Amino acid sequence: MAGNDAKVKVKIDNVVKKYSSSKGEMVALNGVNLEIKENEFICVVGPSGCGKSTLLNIIAGLLEPTSGNVYVDGKAVDGPGPERGVVFQQYALFPWLTVLKNVEFGLNLKGIKGEQATAEAMKYLKMVDLEQFANSYPKELSGGMKQRVAIARAYAVNPEVLLMDEPFGALDAQTRTQLQTELLQTWQKEKKTCFFITHDVEEAIILAQKVIIMSARPGRIKKIVDINIPYPRDQETKNTLPFLDLKTYIWSQVYQEYLEVRK
Amino acid sequence: MGNKKKSSALQQIPANAWIVISVVTAFLLWILIASTEAGGVIFAEPWEVFGKLVAKLQDGTLWPHIYISLFRVIVGFLCGFVASIPVAFLMGWYEPIRNLVAPWIQFVRNIPPLAYIPLVIAGAGVGEEAKIIVIFIASFLVLVVTIYQGVCNVDVTLIKAARVLGATDKDIFFKVVIPASTPFILVGARLGLSTSLTTLIAAELTGSSKGLGMMIQKAQGYYDMATVLMGILIIGIIGLTFEQIVRFLERKLTGWQETMQR
Repeated sequence: MAGNDAKVKVKIDNVVKKYSSSKGEMVALNGVNLEIKENEFICVVGPSGCGKSTLLNIIAGLLEPTSGNVYVDGKAVDGPGPERGVVFQQYALFPWLTVLKNVEFGLNLKGIKGEQATAEAMKYLKMVDLEQFANSYPKELSGGMKQRVAIARAYAVNPEVLLMDEPFGALDAQTRTQLQTELLQTWQKEKKTCFFITHDVEEAIILAQKVIIMSARPGRIKKIVDINIPYPRDQETKNTLPFLDLKTYIWSQVYQEYLEVRK
Repeated sequence: MGNKKKSSALQQIPANAWIVISVVTAFLLWILIASTEAGGVIFAEPWEVFGKLVAKLQDGTLWPHIYISLFRVIVGFLCGFVASIPVAFLMGWYEPIRNLVAPWIQFVRNIPPLAYIPLVIAGAGVGEEAKIIVIFIASFLVLVVTIYQGVCNVDVTLIKAARVLGATDKDIFFKVVIPASTPFILVGARLGLSTSLTTLIAAELTGSSKGLGMMIQKAQGYYDMATVLMGILIIGIIGLTFEQIVRFLERKLTGWQETMQR
């Protein structure tokens, strides 16, 4: 587990995001401050509309904040870049490329080509246990397999931070728990800094070292909850007392926000 | 397919056999109509048409008509295809261009090509250029509209995914937008080719020295319905051939698509 003295990997400094529409101004994020340490696994939960996806897109560089800044390794984020890998809920695999070519896509853009790219891509396909599907097209894969390819693709370019936007949200419960377990194993091996968005409280607790609860309208960080459950964790962990206590607590916090949104 | 467990005998006929059945039935209907008194005036008997075809193939008078018509269709279509791709992509990519050009295209699209043939003839004379220009305009419009739809339909998440993997605008254009639009480009090609063919015949009917449209027109003067029918059949076969070629390309190039079929 990352200690408190670990290096700050991502610093979110007073980020504000406003959208203006015909109905007036909408504040999506109202001054978000957060430090993500190196190798840390952070999960963000909150009701829909609390701006958690907006925050992820700002860290990724796909959205520009209205004010404030995001720093990665001390450098201000200016547009997307391969040092911040993103896994999307909708998989976002290129359907015209084979599984292998999808994983090679980012490597090729980095200038790694040919056999070297193939070898590197195969390594990550092996990591997600899909090397025998290297030459399949995405349409031949199930949802869970597609998301594993997307994870391999994100890992292959060796990003500093992995940003995951409800990656398992579209999967059935069984596949979801399976991918959670796999992701945990990968994270423990690769120790990559992870910023993971979910609306599933159980998922957040089983994965993260810290759970960020966001409040809605305007989106702000409401609470940061340390998850002091030692790793390795598995699906059995979900039946332990500390887990259940945390679940009750976080769930009630999120539920309050949900009620706020419905008002 | 069917909801019932026991499928009827008709449902068990394979697709290939249906094609044969369909063609044979069409011929039987043709023979039937030609054998009636009223129908016989319009429809020549099939063997009469085939006799005509064999005779014209042997004396070599048919090929020039086919060649010149195919030449016009293909050149006009290819010019339209080459021109439509940059225009459609520019429209999809840059809003000012879209706002400027889209109304023009919407306006011209609904005008039948025959209506502007006089303008084209006034500008380009009655030679080959005029016919090719008319086909060019007709296929260009169909292609631009279809390909533009494709560019607009490119999944934004795919563009985002490419961006976060380090893609530049150029990478996104060549590695994401173009492949993602390929299915629409091929649909455009299919529609464009069929438009080219219909437009060509219309153009040739207004005056030409050679070509399938002209051949039909001339045969009409002699009340030679066998030649008219033969011309119609050849045009139909050319159309089907074009369609099969594009379908073949679709299978080769866009087999990656998730489809509802099968």
